[in-house]
Amino acid sequence: MRKARKVIFAMVLLAFLHLAIFFAGFVAPYDPASQNRDFPFAPPSRIHFVGARGHLHLRPFVYAWVAVPDGINQYAESREREYPVRFLVTGSRYLIAGFIPCRTHLLGTDEPTQMFIAGTDGYGRDQFSRILYGGQISVAAGLLATAISLALGLVVGCISGFYGKWIDASAMRFAELFLVLPWLYVLLAVRSFLPLHISPTQAFFLLVAVIGTIGWARPARLIRGVVLSARDRRYVIASRGFGASNFYLLRTHILPHTYEILLTQAALLVPQYVIAEVTLSFFGVGLSEPVPSWGNLLANLQQYSVLVSYWWMFAPAVALVLISLGYLTVANAIHESLQSGSI
Amino acid sequence: MRQLGRYLTFFLAGCLGCFASVTPQTLQRGEEVQTSDNEVGHYGGTLVVGQRSEPKTLNPVVAADGPSREVIGRMMADLIHINRASQQTEPALAKSWTMSKDGRTFMVKLRHGLRFSDGQPFSADDVVFSFQVYLDEKVHSPQRDLLIVGGKPIEVQKVDQYTVRFTLAQPYAAAERIFDSLAIMPRHLLEQPYKDEKFAQSWTLTTLPAQIAGMGPFRLKEYVAGQKLVLERNPYYWKVDSGKNRLPYLDEMAFLFTGNEDAQVIRFQAGDTDIISRVGAENYTLLSKDSTHGIEMFDLGPSLEYNFLVFNLNDLKGKNLDKIAAKQAWFSDLKFRQAVSLAIDRQSIIKLVYSGRGAALWGNVSPSNKLWVDQTLPHPARSVDQAHALLQSAGFSWRSDGQLVDRQGQAVEFSIIASSSNAQRSKMATLIQDDLSKLGMNVHVVPLEFKAVLDRVFQTYDYEASIMALGGGDADPNPEMNVWLSSGGTHLWHLSEAKPTTEWEAQIDQLMQKQMVELKYKDRKRLYDQVQEIIAANDPFIFLATPDILVGAKKNLANFKPAILDPNTLWNVEQLYFSPGSGGASGGRP
Repeated sequence: MRKARKVIFAMVLLAFLHLAIFFAGFVAPYDPASQNRDFPFAPPSRIHFVGARGHLHLRPFVYAWVAVPDGINQYAESREREYPVRFLVTGSRYLIAGFIPCRTHLLGTDEPTQMFIAGTDGYGRDQFSRILYGGQISVAAGLLATAISLALGLVVGCISGFYGKWIDASAMRFAELFLVLPWLYVLLAVRSFLPLHISPTQAFFLLVAVIGTIGWARPARLIRGVVLSARDRRYVIASRGFGASNFYLLRTHILPHTYEILLTQAALLVPQYVIAEVTLSFFGVGLSEPVPSWGNLLANLQQYSVLVSYWWMFAPAVALVLISLGYLTVANAIHESLQSGSI
Repeated sequence: MRQLGRYLTFFLAGCLGCFASVTPQTLQRGEEVQTSDNEVGHYGGTLVVGQRSEPKTLNPVVAADGPSREVIGRMMADLIHINRASQQTEPALAKSWTMSKDGRTFMVKLRHGLRFSDGQPFSADDVVFSFQVYLDEKVHSPQRDLLIVGGKPIEVQKVDQYTVRFTLAQPYAAAERIFDSLAIMPRHLLEQPYKDEKFAQSWTLTTLPAQIAGMGPFRLKEYVAGQKLVLERNPYYWKVDSGKNRLPYLDEMAFLFTGNEDAQVIRFQAGDTDIISRVGAENYTLLSKDSTHGIEMFDLGPSLEYNFLVFNLNDLKGKNLDKIAAKQAWFSDLKFRQAVSLAIDRQSIIKLVYSGRGAALWGNVSPSNKLWVDQTLPHPARSVDQAHALLQSAGFSWRSDGQLVDRQGQAVEFSIIASSSNAQRSKMATLIQDDLSKLGMNVHVVPLEFKAVLDRVFQTYDYEASIMALGGGDADPNPEMNVWLSSGGTHLWHLSEAKPTTEWEAQIDQLMQKQMVELKYKDRKRLYDQVQEIIAANDPFIFLATPDILVGAKKNLANFKPAILDPNTLWNVEQLYFSPGSGGASGGRP
């Protein structure tokens, strides 16, 4: 029972994170590209409940950050005025799902102060908003690349396992080539062949396509194994004897055996591909400024001074860890439940 | 038993030999040393310095990269040296010189009785030999271009054992400054390889120390590939302090190959190195806050280099770059460039990229170059409204979504390339991207590997705009000739011009040529001021900012006088010493 609770908790967390990321425009208080040049590397705003005169407020509030004179990137709270945290505020314009314009944000505070839940980066951009919008890129990249990999793997695995002989041999040798390839260097090389500037959308789809196409080999091999064993089952042979076409056999008798593999692989590959996108962006091969992705947010930590001085810049890593743990827990659960069900 | 005793003795002697430092030679009669007016110090210690990449060679004629030149500069000496603190020339191996009235002949008198680091005597033969090598076209020395005045190479003639005559094809204002950092090499070691046409292969990193000799404060002791390069005191060095003690004070100098700037900072903080040079502003702040490690940081004010945004105005005929050629219609419009310059927030660049440690620039001469900067140049404040007005008067307009379009209705969209390894320039590009979006321009930032940037800017011209930096070598305008002459190799906005394509470029050509032969400073300044004004009026580069020179050293390192000119921290290495009793030298850490 404890296991079930863990899995349910993981699934709820995943659902919650995905919803937040999908509705990033709503959950994020600010536009991810707007720079506040007066507040570079500002720490997260502290939430207070107790006011200056010691009485308790039901509604939490924040103080404005003020730069310390003669300090570099040092801030102190200005106790002049309390800015209450408000819900469902009107703010900058964004698009839901890419086409519905809206201006309501979940959280916010009164102008002119801004509430930095996760601090700001070197240009004064709100990190919390950037993590949410960055999640859209990174998680979407992971999901799409997984879909591509599994689709390719399924097709090749089925054909390879079902028809056997030279088709199988050549397909699997080809798969081994992909398994052996040092994919990071290949991707870095691909970037240098690209035209001078490609739009962020083009860069995104290119990234997804490359990550997805490189990773089809492992699912293909696993599916091939399942197809091979299913192909020689008695009921399949019997079905063939009754005149079933190859396509019917594949669709009705063999494919159902692959579902377990597909599900577990999906749950395993999504975090792997999210991390792949993060790695590429970290090395500068992903999207260009000012579009955020978890990778280029974490790339800020490549500078020693940022790594040591501004701890809130690690926040995207927390999001990455949560998503990965969630998916891996679910993958484990699927694996175990289907394992116990089959022979 | 006796055998064993003998072996033991040799072994111990060997060990002691390793640890014994080279003692300075006593002053000889007739040796014309130079007296240095620094604070008298104590002998001893090893100075440890980090380098971001390994040197490639120890050959002064072939070396082109920074780390090699840093090491070679400590082992060699020149005839006339530019004092990095005063920025004026002073005698070095030449004790005096006279210039003829027409400014074309230099008679240089060398110091008597000096010796190379291997004990061999120094004379005019070595000077003549060195210049022969520098001027030899087959050797391809990068310094050869510096020695071509008026289209002809300098002529060098030996007059007697200690006198050399240099003849120039035309008078040259800063003739003395040419000699700075031109290392005088030993004829007795290098003449044979030169005659055998093997000069370029001499003095590599694996050459034995006994085969390398120079007139500098240190000589090569050992090189461990991938780790360090160690120099030891030159016992015959020709400078003494006011107490007649032969310099340098330091026993040894070690260059550690530490890696990139962040790695250097970590090692400096840990105490592994004694000096750190040219750190970025953020690391400077980090190190300044650190009071536990006995280090002290120095902000020397703005450097002499200038960072700028350059638009591709090259002639692209026949290069299959039609998209870029179409955009040149915008870039070549002066009002477009002026609008871009007005919209850029230079103060934010100083604050966010340099943490306030820098100066905004509207011209190529840094405000710290007090001798040559034109004080009357205007510094227009940032104004997006004025930029809007300029663009409107140039025929641009805005769509309803705010996008800027030109007369033909084409959306104004271009990319800025910058070196990905230089975080500061990439940051500047991002800030400019945001600034220009207020004008409705759609700007892309494309970080590329440094070599790729150089390739596109210098060879293929396949770029639209780029952020680069030039300058910093010397305060004198002459090294800038390459940038401002239409035929110059770093005339970046329009390379390979057979003739100047615009009226103002022709004017700059004339003025720069004139100031080069003008002998009086006042006249040169007047001419160079005019050049600066023409540049400001025509914006071939959109000047952005210059960083401060930020260096640091251990508190117990005395006589540390960092300067704006390169090499910022090591130019007076012979005067440096460790004050005893305050933690002592970091010696014992070669």
